[in-house]
Amino acid sequence: MTDRKQAGRLRKVTDKVRRGQEPAEDDLWERVQLARHAERPYTLDYINRLCTDFEELHGDRYFADDAALVAGFGRYHDTPVAFIGQQKGRDTNERTYRNFGMAGPEGYRKAMRVMEIANRLGMPVVTLIDTPGAFPGASAEERGQGGAISRSIQMMWRLDVPTVAVVIGEGSSGGALGLGVADRVLMLENSTYSVISPEGASAILWRDASKAKLAAQAFKPTAANCYRWGVVDAVVPEPEGGAHTDHEQAAEILDQYLSRSLVELAAMPPAERRRARRERFRKLGPLRDPEGGMGMATGRETPPPG
Amino acid sequence: MSRVGRNIHVSVDRLRQLANREGRPRRITADAGTCPKCDSHYSADEMRRNLRVCPACGHHFPVTARERMEQLGEPGGYVELWPELRASDPLQFTDLKPYTERIVDAEKSTGMGEAIVCAELQVRHQPAVAAVMDFSFMGGSMGAVVGEKFARACDHAAQKGLPLIVVAASGGARMQEGTLALMQMAKTVIALDALAEARVPVVVVLAHPTTGGVWASFASLGDVTYAEPGALIAFSGPRVIEETTREVLPEDFGRAEAQLRNGQVDAVVDRRELAERIGRVLHILARPPGTAGSTAAPALQWAQGGAQRVGGAVQALPTLPRKMMDRMRPGSTDGEDSGETPA
Repeated sequence: MTDRKQAGRLRKVTDKVRRGQEPAEDDLWERVQLARHAERPYTLDYINRLCTDFEELHGDRYFADDAALVAGFGRYHDTPVAFIGQQKGRDTNERTYRNFGMAGPEGYRKAMRVMEIANRLGMPVVTLIDTPGAFPGASAEERGQGGAISRSIQMMWRLDVPTVAVVIGEGSSGGALGLGVADRVLMLENSTYSVISPEGASAILWRDASKAKLAAQAFKPTAANCYRWGVVDAVVPEPEGGAHTDHEQAAEILDQYLSRSLVELAAMPPAERRRARRERFRKLGPLRDPEGGMGMATGRETPPPG
Repeated sequence: MSRVGRNIHVSVDRLRQLANREGRPRRITADAGTCPKCDSHYSADEMRRNLRVCPACGHHFPVTARERMEQLGEPGGYVELWPELRASDPLQFTDLKPYTERIVDAEKSTGMGEAIVCAELQVRHQPAVAAVMDFSFMGGSMGAVVGEKFARACDHAAQKGLPLIVVAASGGARMQEGTLALMQMAKTVIALDALAEARVPVVVVLAHPTTGGVWASFASLGDVTYAEPGALIAFSGPRVIEETTREVLPEDFGRAEAQLRNGQVDAVVDRRELAERIGRVLHILARPPGTAGSTAAPALQWAQGGAQRVGGAVQALPTLPRKMMDRMRPGSTDGEDSGETPA
């Protein structure tokens, strides 16, 4: 595909997102399915295409290595960049080995370890989010799942280096946000980003595990909506038919968005980046002040106060 | 059974006897004043006086945020901050009923505006800012308002140089606000750093239950973390874990006592000792006057002037090596001189 052709196509997708076409109700469940498509490129598929060389690190240096989360350093556009992301498996064996992309406290501690090194050595941190949630298990709780996620959030916010988070598939619950506090948050066109997986929500809100479809419709966790709410900064288009149809092209498009974000961020002084990062998350979440009217709401839909 | 639901008068002692018997018949209608553990029954006034702890078996009943403020604070009460903020409905969310209806219902049944109350108060003479969650308001769930009020409480405490006391009681992020509720986890964690910059401590109290996105954000980042007896503290609740992994969980899974063993909390503190305990730790951590916000170790103050206050005790202390004494002289610090002459 020529550059011109591709640019035109990109514009088309972005326009569609900007216009905010609401997907039809049935479509929302389809989106969830698409975000979980078994042939969809996973974290290592992207890392191996984005980097000319990648050194994966293992272990949190406290307890164990968590295969559900990969972290390491890669050579990206001839610069060192730290890559961290949840990793899913394709066949049954691999899925079990990767624990379905559900990381435990060891995973987040490994991520923090790599972030600390990246910060010290001055290399940008790129996270790839693809998880149905952090692992729910008694052993994970005993070793501090909650504290591992909160500290990972805290560490990402404290980093002095440029950071970019990309939701590449499923981004659900605190397990996703543990890698999601970045200067720029990108989201692939067909991925989802939500407070909980539709199955989890249906069990909690409807008290019936079969209402996942309804939950997906209620959460509307699409890239277009997340962009509108201000949760993500850009929607990364996918090849025609979805990222699973062409891994090479999906990685190429992501590369364009990612490298542009990193170049922009590198131009900012670290203190300015952190201030902007703080502001970015601080303003998320619309409020209503009965005494002060509706002027406090934030997000992209909101008319200016007054 | 015809006896169920009939009202009879039973002494507390008798009930306690009954509590030890297996398969005992229930003879009075259980209501909010009945202890679920030992069936002791209390009037509303008794409940309040007992800080909603069962004197017979120590069971901790839930406490509303405002009552908690009164329990922690001193007579004269507290000044509530930003009570006017209300949730909006960014997703036009409907599960079994619309979110807007749920908010109205919660406001009516609790008399509160949201699931968190922030206030300035004094705990055993120690001034502090408190952010107290209320489980009765939509399960204490964290949406945009809880996130915003918490963040403001952090800023307020940092600005005034006061420690922050957090009482968590929450099922986690508020589902009805979707992805934006998830973002409140980031918002609250980031806000906590204002306190780090102001060098004031954060004391977190985990009440029953503290789970999900609240435990995985600010609730697990306290400098000192206490838990109330029996409180469930977990990222994933027992029901979710059992459904996902088919694990058989131990009886005390995620309970405060188990989390103390796991090293996730500093102490399990009975509610009747909570104010005292918080007051004590705040007193220990309080900086000598004039050093608030400074990075200089308070030990310097102690060496300069504080020793006088210690009086006779100081004579019993071994003489510090000359090198160390030199380092402690006023000129070598970046803090202000207290004006007192060195001992």
